Amino acid sequence: MREAAAIEVSELVKRYPRVTALDGVSLRVEQGEFFGLLGPNGAGKTTLISIVAGLTRASSGRATVLGHDVVADYRAARSRIGVVPQELVFDPFFTVRETMRFQSGYFGLRHNDDWIDEVMANLDLAGKADANMRTLSGGMKRRVLVAQALVHRPPVIVLDEPTAGVDVELRQGLWAFIRRLNREGHTIVLTTHYLEEAQQLCPRIGMLKGGRLIALDRTQTLLQRLADVQVRLRLRGELPPALRAQAIEQGDGRVTLRVASPAQVEGVLAACREAGAAIEEVEVGHADLEDVFMQLMAADRRRVAA
Amino acid sequence: MSGLDVATGDRRPGAGRDPSSPAPEIGSRPAPGRLTSLPRAAKSAGFRTLLAKEVLRFWKVSFQTVAAPVLTGVLYLLVFGHVLEDRVQVFPGVGYTAFLIPGLVMMSLLQNAFANSSSSLIQSKITGNLVFVLLPPISNREFFLAYVAAAVIRGVVVGIGVFAVTMWFAPPSFKAPLWIAVFALAGASLLGVLGLIAGIVSDKFDQLAAFQNFVIMPATFLSGVFYSVHGLPPFWQAVSHLNPFFYLIDGFRYGFFAVSDTSPWLSLAIVLAALAVASAVALSMLARGYKIRS
Repeated sequence: MREAAAIEVSELVKRYPRVTALDGVSLRVEQGEFFGLLGPNGAGKTTLISIVAGLTRASSGRATVLGHDVVADYRAARSRIGVVPQELVFDPFFTVRETMRFQSGYFGLRHNDDWIDEVMANLDLAGKADANMRTLSGGMKRRVLVAQALVHRPPVIVLDEPTAGVDVELRQGLWAFIRRLNREGHTIVLTTHYLEEAQQLCPRIGMLKGGRLIALDRTQTLLQRLADVQVRLRLRGELPPALRAQAIEQGDGRVTLRVASPAQVEGVLAACREAGAAIEEVEVGHADLEDVFMQLMAADRRRVAA
Repeated sequence: MSGLDVATGDRRPGAGRDPSSPAPEIGSRPAPGRLTSLPRAAKSAGFRTLLAKEVLRFWKVSFQTVAAPVLTGVLYLLVFGHVLEDRVQVFPGVGYTAFLIPGLVMMSLLQNAFANSSSSLIQSKITGNLVFVLLPPISNREFFLAYVAAAVIRGVVVGIGVFAVTMWFAPPSFKAPLWIAVFALAGASLLGVLGLIAGIVSDKFDQLAAFQNFVIMPATFLSGVFYSVHGLPPFWQAVSHLNPFFYLIDGFRYGFFAVSDTSPWLSLAIVLAALAVASAVALSMLARGYKIRS
């Protein structure tokens, strides 16, 4: 039998009175993966995570965590997943340590101080253990949210936009820590709109738009789906008409062209020269996730319009 | 060695780092450990922790949640007791101040039980930290019981506080102490459940305040705290008998004087019926995820 998926959702639908947040999403995240869930605001990322975490009820469809149904078998499902919520929420009545102890107790772990110390030290929170939550900076509050999500040692960790509004230093540190948890066997699911981050961290990616999954593949495959090579030029003069079909971005004297292979770069340059357009700058590179993202979003818009 | 061993006391070197030493980079410390199995969870720990959290929450601001209502109760006693002591006798042989004290104790107890569950829940909803309670494997029943039990504790603590301060104004009598305890607990439970419902239903502080000021306050005020309904015209007597809070005050007072407007058994039956209905409503809201897991 196939090993239970870390997270599996099938035909998940969530309808609100005025909007359909999820429109039949099916997706499987394997154990040990570092999976990225991308999409513009309102695509349904947080709704999907909320259903998996048991915070929201699906209108129809099913979700499981390590094989446990999130509704019928919620105790088993919830004790196996740790969620770092997107909003910077905290309880102003308590200190960091009290917050951690309560969170631990909610999961049924009453003598968990060694682990709490461990997690807090890892997130560099030990010095703030007795500080009231209110007095912490935004970055520190974010660390406490991560610590709270790890308090019951969940095999599956979901981070919903964890680095929104977080300074570079904390972001780097946080990723080093999360990467290590992943290496040690934890499954990580990340939603982010920093595409660069997803490209670096997540070997596999799902893209949501308008409540539907519009792409689900290995990040490398998604990147290869686009042109292998992009040529960015700054021209004085007009782009030759023959090259216009290859242009994927244009404006302000700059143009980005897509070519099938590095060998074709020369042809592009020659065509410009022959057309009398002076080349002021040339840059050759590969597509990044943002290009894939933009292209998929645009393709979906055309599909919807058609 | 698996990271789970930390649960058995195997602290990794550096786990108890001196907080004054320079902080290492995040992620530079030894790994928290690979997960092979889940830590063993204690059953019902969720309930106990949530109850402890709820009690600590009001206790941390006890000046506002306990001392203030006690002072309010004393002020009522001073004003009404002073004005009415020589003019009103409700029960034979019982002075007005003595009559008033149990009513004030019960009124404070009820209002504070309601305030505890309702304000805690709406604060958590509005600030968003309710998510910390919704993510763990806490059942609806545990959630319900923890909020209501904390409300009962706050109500009883405030009630005892009001009694401890006001009893010096008139010698107390305890003719049927068991009734006192039964009505105190049943009343605090009922209002704790009503507070939970109000907290679930309300989306804004404003709506909750409306519930508190336009339903709970009048109902407690007009339940016979300050008078015996026997002294009212027949129409208002009939209206008072429709107010479930009347039975709470009346039954509670019976415990002190062994005199009441209605039989304490009838009062208890009505209070328990109201508690059963309110609990069913609250539990069904929780089971449906109404407004909380929508």
